[in-house]
Amino acid sequence: MAPDKTVSLPPFQALVDAHWRDVARLARALAGPVDGDDVAQRAWEKAFAAYSGLTSAKNLRSWLLTITARCATDLHRARRPQRPLDEAPAVAVDGPDAADWPDPDLWRAVNELPERQRFAITLKYVGDLDHHGVAAALDTTPAASRRLVSDALATLRTKLGVHHG
Amino acid sequence: MDDLESRLSRLTAPDLKPPVFPTADVAYTLHDTPIGTMLLAVANGRVVASSFGDEETMTNRLARAVSTRVLRQPRPLDDVRRQLDEYLAGRRHEFDLEVDLALATPFQRLVLTDLPTYTSYGRTTTYGELAGELHKPKAARAVGTALGGNPVCVVLPCHRVIGSSGALTGYAGGLDAKRFLLNLEAKS
Repeated sequence: MAPDKTVSLPPFQALVDAHWRDVARLARALAGPVDGDDVAQRAWEKAFAAYSGLTSAKNLRSWLLTITARCATDLHRARRPQRPLDEAPAVAVDGPDAADWPDPDLWRAVNELPERQRFAITLKYVGDLDHHGVAAALDTTPAASRRLVSDALATLRTKLGVHHG
Repeated sequence: MDDLESRLSRLTAPDLKPPVFPTADVAYTLHDTPIGTMLLAVANGRVVASSFGDEETMTNRLARAVSTRVLRQPRPLDDVRRQLDEYLAGRRHEFDLEVDLALATPFQRLVLTDLPTYTSYGRTTTYGELAGELHKPKAARAVGTALGGNPVCVVLPCHRVIGSSGALTGYAGGLDAKRFLLNLEAKS
């Protein structure tokens, strides 16, 4: 007998097969090549633990990427040196190591964005989420997501000297 | 999407690592055998599937009937695979496995549960005879249908049941598979 008649969630393996590359890629983009794999693994462990209690089968990809973003945030906070005041530098010290990436100039510039902007554009473009998805992952509103992304793009355009297409 | 946006979305990361998991509620594997690829699955140490059905259909059924935490994990199936291989090589006549008929209907459970006691290695019985054993002498056709949907093929030997004319009638793995199994048992 089915445990729940209202939702029919796919077998967890189907999620893994469909999305593990996206989760791994996003985790690397958010946490860098060294910590990215740990972030992805931790995200999958959390998703696996939570899956049997999940009540909606909608947007499972977005759900997985949200968990990935939260794991990256947790790691980022845990790594940040303790300071008496919250004077976190604008430069993300643990973002992707730009030198190892294709398009290093771009990713070096992304790395220097404020954390929320960096997360927002990474979720939007590497994660391929819409503003609702980005907002859910960052605990904010779609309007705020739109602002973070457009501010980030403006900064990148100035830095890289590319014009609006 | 402009040039900058497409550059952002084009990030490629080499050598991505797939995640690893603790043992799933339902662990399954695809196992190649002389009678075709079989999907084998265990839950709580019991065999829930030994089937010729395709992966997507079977894992969806397992997710609905047992648990959504279904994963492709070969290790928990080691014993099942070993026993199946021994059987298919003629070196084993009985399975030492616990079966869970979570995928079966109540009537299928009635027909399948005691199948190993109503049949024996190397011998065939008919749908009508089996219906008689189950005290449902008029239900030969329903018994045939129930056997045709056996989720735990080979381990529960539905292949030993044939038509009263001696025709093999049908098998989830195809008639060649049924013939292979009956020949194997006749020789061994």
